[in-house]
Amino acid sequence: MKELTVISGKGGTGKTSVTASLATLAPNRIVIDADVDAANLFLTLEHEVLEKESFEGGHKAMIDEALCTRCGECLERCQFDAVSEVPDNHDAVSNISGEADTASKGSGTVHTVSDKSGKFVIDPVSCEGCGVCVHFCPADAISFERQICGEKYISKTANGPMIHARLGIAEENSGLLVSQLRQKAKEMAIKEKIPMIITDGPPGIGCPVIASVSNADAVLIVTEPTQSGMHDMARVKKLADQMNAAVYLCVNKADLNPEATDEIKKFCHENGISFAGEIPFDRDVIESMKAGKSLVTFSQGPASVAVKNVWQNVLSFMEKRMDRLT
Amino acid sequence: MIVTIASGKGGTGKTTVTVNLAAIAPVSDIQVFDCDVEEPNSHIYLKPENITTQEISTMIPVVDKELCNLCGECEKLCQFSAIALIAGKIMTFPEMCHSCRGCAMVCPEGAINEGKRVLGSLLEGKNQRGIELIWGELRVGEAMSPPLIKQVKQRINPEKFSFVDAPPGTSCPAIETLRDSDFAILVSEPTPFGLNDLALTVEVLKKLNVPTGIVINRADTSEPTSSVQGSMPDTIIDEYAEKEGIEILQKFPFSREAARVSSKGLLLVDEMPEMKKLFQELYDKIMSRLDAIKEKNPAKQAEGTMS
Repeated sequence: MKELTVISGKGGTGKTSVTASLATLAPNRIVIDADVDAANLFLTLEHEVLEKESFEGGHKAMIDEALCTRCGECLERCQFDAVSEVPDNHDAVSNISGEADTASKGSGTVHTVSDKSGKFVIDPVSCEGCGVCVHFCPADAISFERQICGEKYISKTANGPMIHARLGIAEENSGLLVSQLRQKAKEMAIKEKIPMIITDGPPGIGCPVIASVSNADAVLIVTEPTQSGMHDMARVKKLADQMNAAVYLCVNKADLNPEATDEIKKFCHENGISFAGEIPFDRDVIESMKAGKSLVTFSQGPASVAVKNVWQNVLSFMEKRMDRLT
Repeated sequence: MIVTIASGKGGTGKTTVTVNLAAIAPVSDIQVFDCDVEEPNSHIYLKPENITTQEISTMIPVVDKELCNLCGECEKLCQFSAIALIAGKIMTFPEMCHSCRGCAMVCPEGAINEGKRVLGSLLEGKNQRGIELIWGELRVGEAMSPPLIKQVKQRINPEKFSFVDAPPGTSCPAIETLRDSDFAILVSEPTPFGLNDLALTVEVLKKLNVPTGIVINRADTSEPTSSVQGSMPDTIIDEYAEKEGIEILQKFPFSREAARVSSKGLLLVDEMPEMKKLFQELYDKIMSRLDAIKEKNPAKQAEGTMS
């Protein structure tokens, strides 16, 4: 089984459009949308959700006002400025504690009143889930529940399963969620003898990207011929090298700046990157997205032809690599 | 005042809007912060000079093996599997550490000392126009960007006017950047991906209590559009904004020329007079929105000028 992850560094270079087409061209594969906090693949691949499961992320600390002695130990120990002391407002106290907490939720500002002792609250957005306050609270007044941070899906598409997710609003642990999606995909691939997993990665180089690339056989970098695209491509290539993945690259909207496209090809040549092709700017890419279809399903235009060529190249690169490994 | 430029979806034009707005603003009181520390790009356009670089690191535990009595309290407390008792030895996994210092606090022997893991760099410089740019660059291989973003934001001078370029997405890095902003400009594009991610970001901003306006990029409707049945109209963002009661601050047409100018790292306000006009209008609109916010919330303003 082979694993290919599509990444870019810079956002908006066309990762999802390319992935949707590759997932349409591959006869038997699992496709994963690992851009869990801004997932788009489901908008462009016709699918039917078969299974839903909630995603349990990290823990969050929450102070039980009835037990709290207002000693301030939690505020002193927290390294994430998540605890604050707020004026003891009678309206808030008369509410049940859950509602009182919502009033302070997400304001992000630390309100400290020194003249008289207020109550302590934990901002759930700032809480890192480290449990330090929970451990050191002398009154055992802080609960530490595992949070439901989103939903995971297994869907059916024309040529294999799609595994995707939706991270809750302002929730964390995107790296953990990506790892779980990939683990699920691997289990399914082995069980159902599916030869390939294609992952649509998130932008950037941070934790969900690392989780998308680790242990993948190869990455396909989708870049664009701009100064920003080239800057970010170089960083993401360095990351792929650290993680021992083979690196393939294609240039999207290549004709918008042909000189820059040539520079990228030179970079590939000098850095051991297999060049998988150029995709021209083509309105059909946006039109296919608007129609909710992959580009290769929707159009026979120049970009569609170019993406098919990229797929053929990627396939042959991967076969060569497999030969070398075995 | 802190104005943050965000989007949800990547590549909609956040950086383009940030750097061109900065270039059009009166320079005496402006600072630009690039909080897309995973892939910062503002410096490509603003071209700061005399750049200073500072290494930013975070605390990780280093165990003094002489003092450690292998009690395992640190492992019990650590939520991130960053310290563990394995085969009679205490081991640390620095890349997993979130720097909560819990292990050091709980250790009865005082055996845990402070080490460091490099997160990346904090860079700053000023360009020929006088614009000050401060940005972070995450070390390749480092997973956690929020602590570095926090460091970048600590440089915000509340007496000055700040434009902050946010990372894409709607999770931790975007939230760390957006919180405490006085106003957020959401740059979107009239595509299903653009709308989907815009709506997610609007929900985040509601949770953070940050007032918002929308900029539509590549909003051109004059290009031939598809006649395919069921195809989405180019007005999807307008319809969404109306439903949500969010003001559309400006629309930028799709332009191959603009794409070409930007691809070279040049500013649209320098190269294209028609774009300069649109950015000037956008700048004026933002200023009047900020005036309204100041009037509504004078306490916050006083707080800002005092510190």
